[in-house]
Amino acid sequence: MAYDPKNPMKDRITDIGPRHYEEFMPPVIKKNFGKWLYHEILEPGVLMHKAESGDEVYTVRVAAARLMSVELIRDALNIADKHCEGYIRWTTRNNIEFMVDNKSKLEPLKADLKANPMFPIGGTGAGVTNIVHTQGWVHCHTPAIDASGIVKAVMDDLFKHFQSMDLPAQVRIALACCLNMCGAVHCSDIAILGFHRKPPFVQHDLISSICELPLAIAACPTGAIKPATVDGKKSVSVNGPRCMFCGNCYTMCPAMPLMDAEGDCVVIMVGGKISNRISAPKFSKVVIPALPSTPPRWPETVAAIRNILEVYAKNANKYERLGEWAERIGWERFFEKCNLPFDVKTIDDYTLAYDTLRTTTQFKFS
Amino acid sequence: MAKFETPLLDDLEKGPWPSFVTDIKRQAKTKPELEDLLGQLELSYKDKETHWKHGGIVGVFGYGGGVIGRYSDMPEKFPGVAHFHTVRVNQPSGLYYSSAYLRQIMEMWERRGSGLTNMHGSTGDMVLLGTQTDQLEEIFWELTHDMNTDLGGSGGNLRTPSCCLGMSRCEYACIDAQNICHDMTQTYQDELHRPAFPYKFKIKVSGCPNDCVAAIARSDFAIIGTWRDDIRIDQAAVQGYVKGELTPNAGAHSGRDWGKFDIVKEVINLCPTKCMSWDGNALKIDNKECTRCMHCINVMPRALRPGVEKGCSILCGAKAPILEGQRLATLIVPFMKMEPPYDECKELLNKVLDWWMEHGKNRERIGELIGRVGMREFLKAAELKAIPQMVKEPRSNPYIFWEEADVPGGWERDLAAFRKKHPL
Ligand code: HEM
Ligand code: HEM
Ligand code: SF4
Ligand code: SF4
Ligand code: SF4
Ligand code: SF4
Repeated sequence: MAYDPKNPMKDRITDIGPRHYEEFMPPVIKKNFGKWLYHEILEPGVLMHKAESGDEVYTVRVAAARLMSVELIRDALNIADKHCEGYIRWTTRNNIEFMVDNKSKLEPLKADLKANPMFPIGGTGAGVTNIVHTQGWVHCHTPAIDASGIVKAVMDDLFKHFQSMDLPAQVRIALACCLNMCGAVHCSDIAILGFHRKPPFVQHDLISSICELPLAIAACPTGAIKPATVDGKKSVSVNGPRCMFCGNCYTMCPAMPLMDAEGDCVVIMVGGKISNRISAPKFSKVVIPALPSTPPRWPETVAAIRNILEVYAKNANKYERLGEWAERIGWERFFEKCNLPFDVKTIDDYTLAYDTLRTTTQFKFS
Repeated sequence: MAKFETPLLDDLEKGPWPSFVTDIKRQAKTKPELEDLLGQLELSYKDKETHWKHGGIVGVFGYGGGVIGRYSDMPEKFPGVAHFHTVRVNQPSGLYYSSAYLRQIMEMWERRGSGLTNMHGSTGDMVLLGTQTDQLEEIFWELTHDMNTDLGGSGGNLRTPSCCLGMSRCEYACIDAQNICHDMTQTYQDELHRPAFPYKFKIKVSGCPNDCVAAIARSDFAIIGTWRDDIRIDQAAVQGYVKGELTPNAGAHSGRDWGKFDIVKEVINLCPTKCMSWDGNALKIDNKECTRCMHCINVMPRALRPGVEKGCSILCGAKAPILEGQRLATLIVPFMKMEPPYDECKELLNKVLDWWMEHGKNRERIGELIGRVGMREFLKAAELKAIPQMVKEPRSNPYIFWEEADVPGGWERDLAAFRKKHPL
């Protein structure tokens, strides 16, 4: 039985949802489901979970580029077939986990993983794990920056911290290539964000023939696009100062491109967190409003992140997340310690700005 | 011989982190369209601009989401990626796979697509990157018939729910995150595939307040495991940590010498509610004051465990900054038991969705709607009673929109009687 284009509705199956997860759990996981006692990180990237039954499961976590080919996934599956009874899992941050039910199986598994440089072991505990990120130039139409390339450059530089647990607490890094933030960078210890800085320009001669003007006008979240007549042709005008550079108009209408090599930049935000541990979850804050977008290795971005990470690692107390440290010493001190210039652009003037202004005489001199 | 020179991308083959360039180059030997992908990507590296455009809705018949149309803006130069659409495949809860199943998907994707994937997209789906319009129905047929697998969501609908690995391998899990996620996904299939919402809606489930799937930051409806009785203490194991026989933090900080473990400094004093005490022999917790932040449990997992009366907290309305500013989800239900079939939770979700569908403007997330009309309207619609747990602090302005029914005697007044007392 196969799909018949002449009869597309015949035997059609819909609304079945995903496969049931129980089909895919290794036997030791299935057996001890909900009955785990404790875990230990034996070394960077290697976890041991102990169950009430006395069973143990050993997990080896390895990095993966989120962008993966079928062949590379098969390489991982071959290892899972050889060592893990044909089971494998991914983590929520693009890492891959291989599980074995006996300590004696651990070293052979590790040896095979170490033989393949595409599967470096690490990503546990108080270190830097994989970067959550979006598509960038490899697959999206509104990015201001690439995603996979910057992730590669930053993680090459921070690789030591992927394989050690020597930071005061875990540091979660995320990247989104435009302000739509598919990667939800707004609560990360360090966030890398692509930002356009030029409003879309309008191709007046073509726009009315290739776009539905009302859709383009309605797409703009800030109402910056208005109908206009240019050289006798129906078109639109863009109110530049109102534009927030989201690219929604370009999504609706290819005659309104906004990407621009000179204007597009990298924003660095820091101090967010998600866990409820000790302090409440927090938003990331803009500390560098713009760095140039410089493929293939974005050295300015890499250096800025390394600097912030190193200053944090040296100064924060054990258990303190980056944002907790910055709040303890005060953000004025954070800028000083990290040797970052403060700029009026770092002061919020968007919807929730007032919450971020200082309303006390208590502050620290720089 | 590669079809295009890629000197800029080649630089990304160096270094210890896995290189997507090396990976794609190898796959391109059997999937020539990836030569064009590399060529176009190299051009983007040179131009510092993307070469994709949107332009055109594609999908499978009867579904309003699950496929994202993608076209090259240089189709003559890079014909292999002229059409390069994304297919979102609904992931199994907890992201466990058997190799047999993944091999089946990979075989299909090599035949009908580019052979390139994202494991996984940020919402949680398995993302298959790059196919042509005429393949979409074929792919959907094979997924549903041969692999018993459906597409995920995109657009103004329920996005594919996701969860942490929960009870399958985490001792902290207070709810069965995977089962809740799977059950919700199945219950809301129609909402997932057929856009009827003002905008996207995300459900995420974390087993405990460590919140490994970022539910509190990223979901419109966040289900986060918690407990409401006492943290279970094994005093002997506490002693074990104090004496240095057990490794604190399950070894998470072992890469640096932080000195001898100090229970007072590292646990008692860091407890945000200061509800713990240590007299040198026994650890005491004033559990009524504990806010279940997980810190002490994370530090001493062999000595402390969440209580036994487990359930979830429900929070609503998180979103990224666009458009009305970023929001974390806000607490609407402090505690709910979570037993299949989760009817109480679904009843609440249905009320929330109905209200949002009725009052939400186009592209208004539920958090923004709550921001626009206020918690009062939300709570009325959700039939929830206001309780102090919902706020950090009470309002600091008295500008309450009183309703007539709340005021003694209502708003109708007798003018004649008033004027008798207060002549004009
Ligand atoms: C010692 C305490 C903790 C334990 C035992 C623990 C356990 C786990 C487990 C089992 C996973 C895999 C879950 C999955 O991928 O579905 C995980 C991943 C994760 N957890 Fe935790 N967690 C702990 C503390 C935290 C805290 C405090 C945070 C947040 C600040 C956190 C954030 C994360 C994140 C972001 C991931 C994805 C990791 C990756 O893929 O590299 N965890 N954790
Ligand atoms: C107005 C806001 C947004 C717009 C216009 C938007 C648009 C897009 C577009 C065009 C893509 C396709 C990229 C591709 O070709 O694969 C995409 C992917 C995606 N978006 Fe968004 N997005 C928005 C916000 C968000 C947010 C806030 C999230 C999550 C919290 C999100 C999650 C995703 C995910 C998971 C993908 C799949 C690809 C990936 O993981 O990178 N989006 N989005
Ligand atoms: S963050 Fe922006 S550019 Fe990046 S994938 Fe999402 S919508 Fe596209
Ligand atoms: S980029 Fe966004 S804000 Fe700017 S004009 Fe286009 S739709 Fe409006
Ligand atoms: S959210 Fe809690 S239960 Fe789920 S994996 Fe993380 S620590 Fe475990
Ligand atoms: S869970 Fe947090 S609040 Fe509760 S006792 Fe432990 S450290 Fe204190």
